[in-house]
Amino acid sequence: MRYVDEYRAPDAVRVLLDRVSGLLQEIAPASPLQIMEFCGGHTHAIFRFGLHQTLPEGSVEWVHGPGCPVCVLPRESIDTAIDLARRPGVTLTTFGDVLRVPGTRQSLLQAAAEGADVRVVYSPLDALALAREHPDREIVFLAIGFETTMPATALTLLQAVREGLGNFSLLCRHITTPAAVRAVLQGPDPALDGVIAPGHVATVLGSAAFDFIPRDYRLPVVVSGFEPVDLLHALERLLLQRLEGRCAVENGYARAVREQGLPPALDAIGRVYELRGEAGWRGLGRIADSAVRLRTEYADFDAERRFGSRPTPASGEEPLPCGEVMRGRLRPPQCPWFGTRCRPDAPLGALMVSAEGACAAYHRYRGSSAP
Amino acid sequence: MTGGRITLAHGSGGRAMGELVRELFLEVFDDPELRRLDDLARLEPAAGGRLGFTTDCHVITPPIFPGGDIGRLAVCGTVNDLAVGGAEPQALSCGFVLEEGLELALLERIVRSMKAAAREAGVRIVAGDTKVVRRGEADRIYITTAGVGWIAAGTALGPERIRPGDRLLVSGPVGDHGAAVLDARGELSMEVGLDSDCRPLASLARALLAACGPGLRAMRDPTRGGLTAVLNEFARHCGCRLEVEEEAVPVREAVRGVCELLGLDPFDLPCEGVLLAVVDPAQAGQALEVLRSHPDGAHAQLIGEAGRAGEPEVVVRTPYGGQRLLDQPLGDPLPRIC
Repeated sequence: MRYVDEYRAPDAVRVLLDRVSGLLQEIAPASPLQIMEFCGGHTHAIFRFGLHQTLPEGSVEWVHGPGCPVCVLPRESIDTAIDLARRPGVTLTTFGDVLRVPGTRQSLLQAAAEGADVRVVYSPLDALALAREHPDREIVFLAIGFETTMPATALTLLQAVREGLGNFSLLCRHITTPAAVRAVLQGPDPALDGVIAPGHVATVLGSAAFDFIPRDYRLPVVVSGFEPVDLLHALERLLLQRLEGRCAVENGYARAVREQGLPPALDAIGRVYELRGEAGWRGLGRIADSAVRLRTEYADFDAERRFGSRPTPASGEEPLPCGEVMRGRLRPPQCPWFGTRCRPDAPLGALMVSAEGACAAYHRYRGSSAP
Repeated sequence: MTGGRITLAHGSGGRAMGELVRELFLEVFDDPELRRLDDLARLEPAAGGRLGFTTDCHVITPPIFPGGDIGRLAVCGTVNDLAVGGAEPQALSCGFVLEEGLELALLERIVRSMKAAAREAGVRIVAGDTKVVRRGEADRIYITTAGVGWIAAGTALGPERIRPGDRLLVSGPVGDHGAAVLDARGELSMEVGLDSDCRPLASLARALLAACGPGLRAMRDPTRGGLTAVLNEFARHCGCRLEVEEEAVPVREAVRGVCELLGLDPFDLPCEGVLLAVVDPAQAGQALEVLRSHPDGAHAQLIGEAGRAGEPEVVVRTPYGGQRLLDQPLGDPLPRIC
C-alpha cells in the first residue's frame, strides 16, 4: 500500500530508533522527557505499533492530549442529539464512535434501543443521500470533530443548499484545535518538553496555525503523520531542537501539510461557520472561542434553530478525573475508576469510549509495560 | 420458476407452497430423503464415534455479494462448524424466512447456489421449512441451516487441549469476507474488487486431521469477530497466553486498504473460508505443508504460538519490537455480515 508501507517499514523504523536513542543519550535527561501528542490518532498509533515500548526505558513519557473529538464531546451534545432523535419523523445520523458516548441519562445507542431513530454513517454525504432517499423524514447529521472534519461537513451543507434539500440539517458540534491546545498549555504545571502537532488538522489549517506554541509557551513543535516512521521522525526533530536550544514549528508531514494549509478547505470553513464563543468540553470545562456554529445565512439547515434547542440541563462537571488525564497530570491507570467502574464496555468517561481516547487505548493495547 | 414474486400464499401450506417446494426445493436439492416429503429425514449413523450437531442463522445484507451469496454462506457456515470440530459433515436442514415480494428468480439463484456448495462440501440437504412474512417484517431472505456429521472414534479436538509451545496456523488471508461484503453494500463507494472467501472447509480440515492426528489440538473458522475473537476464546479455554507475529498474518492488500480507511483492524473482520489450527510444535512444519498443498490452503502461514500458562490473553508482537494486547472487539462493528 503506497504511502503506508514505506512509513511502516521495520528497517526504516530501526534506523530512526537508533538515531533517537543516540540523541536521548546525548541529552541525558535527569527525568523522562514529557512529550505531548495532542491528537487521538497519534495516541492510537503509538499504542497500536507498540512504539512506547521501543524507546530506552525511562527516557520519554508520552502525555496524551485532548485531541480525541469524541472524548471531549460534552454530555449536553449527546442529550440534545437524543432529544432530536426521539422526535417523530426525525432520523439522527452520526459517526459510529459517537453512539456509545454517555449522555446525562443514556447514550445514543441506548436511546436507539428504546426506539429513537439513530443511524451510523461513514461520511456526511451518506446523511445527505439519506435525505434524498427519504424526503418524508427529517435527516439530522450530528457533526463532530476538529478542523479535520469541518470541511467535509461544510461542503456537504453547501451541496444541500444547492440541491435545496429542505429535510436535511446539521447539529453542529465542531470544535477548534488551537483553542484546546491553549487551554491545556495554559493550565498549571504542564511541564512539557515538546509537542507533536496533529497532522490532519495541520493539513487543513497549515503548520503556521501552531506558531503560537513556540512563541507563547517556548516549546518545540513538530507536525507529524500517523505511521511509525512519521512519529519517530517527529520525535527525532523535537530532540534536535532541544539539543540546539531552539523552539520552532517544524513540518514533519510534508507529504500532506503546507505552511498555509489547504485553501479550498479553509474557504469552505470560512463560508459556513462562525465562532460560537464559549463551549463546553468534557473533562476540560468551558473554553473560550473553542467551537463553531453555522452562519446565520444557513439558519434553515441548523437543526438547533429548526427544531428549537432544548435548554441545557444544568448538570455540573462529572466527578471524574478525565480532565486530569487530558492535561497529562494523571496517567490512565492511575485513575481510581480505570478498568474497574470505567471500562470500554461500560464507560463512565468518554476517554474510555473512542479507540482514540487515551484510556481506551491503554485498556485495549495494554501490553507488558506501560508507556 | 422464473418471473414472479413470493406471496403470502407461498407460505400458506396450500397449493402455491406445494408448487414452490416441488418445483424449486425438491428439484434443485434433489435428495431422496427430501423427496419423501416426510416430517423428518432418516439417516444411517456411522459405526462407532460420535454425532456432531450444529446450527447457524444467516441474515447477511446484501444477499448476493462478490464471491458468494446467502445460500452458499448458509451451507458453508454450518459445514465449516462441523468440519473444524472434527466431524465429517453428512446432512443439512434449511429453514427459509422469506419476505413477501421477494423475486422468485433471486430465490432460485440462492437455492441453486446452496446445492452447488453442498455438492462441493459432499453434504446432503435432507430437510427444510419455509415461512413467508409480510413485506417489511423481514429483509428479503433469512436462512437457518442445521447440520450433522460423524466424529470418528478417537478424534478429540478442543481449545482446552492447547499446551504451551503449540503453534498457531491460519489457512489463508484473513478478513476477505468482511471487507468484500462491506464493499458490496456500496456504502464505501470504493469498489475495491474483493471476493468473499466463502467456501467449505471440510476437505481441508479432513486433510489436516489425517496428517496430524492427536497432534492437531483445535481448529476454528474465524467468522464473526474474526481472528481476534477466536484467539481470545482459545486463550480463555486453554489458559495460555497466545502470541501472534503481526507480520506473519496474511492480509490482502485490498483488505488492509479498506481497514486503513475505516479504522478497522483486519484481525477483527470475519472470514468464511479460513481456518485457524493449533498443532503440536513437532508437527507444525508438516501441518503447514499439508495446508499449502491443498487448493484451499495455498496461502497458509504459521502465525504464532502458545506461550506460558496462567495468562489467558492474546498478544500481538509488532515488527518494531513492541507488543500490544489483542482484545475482544466490543459489540459488532459490522452488523449483518453473515
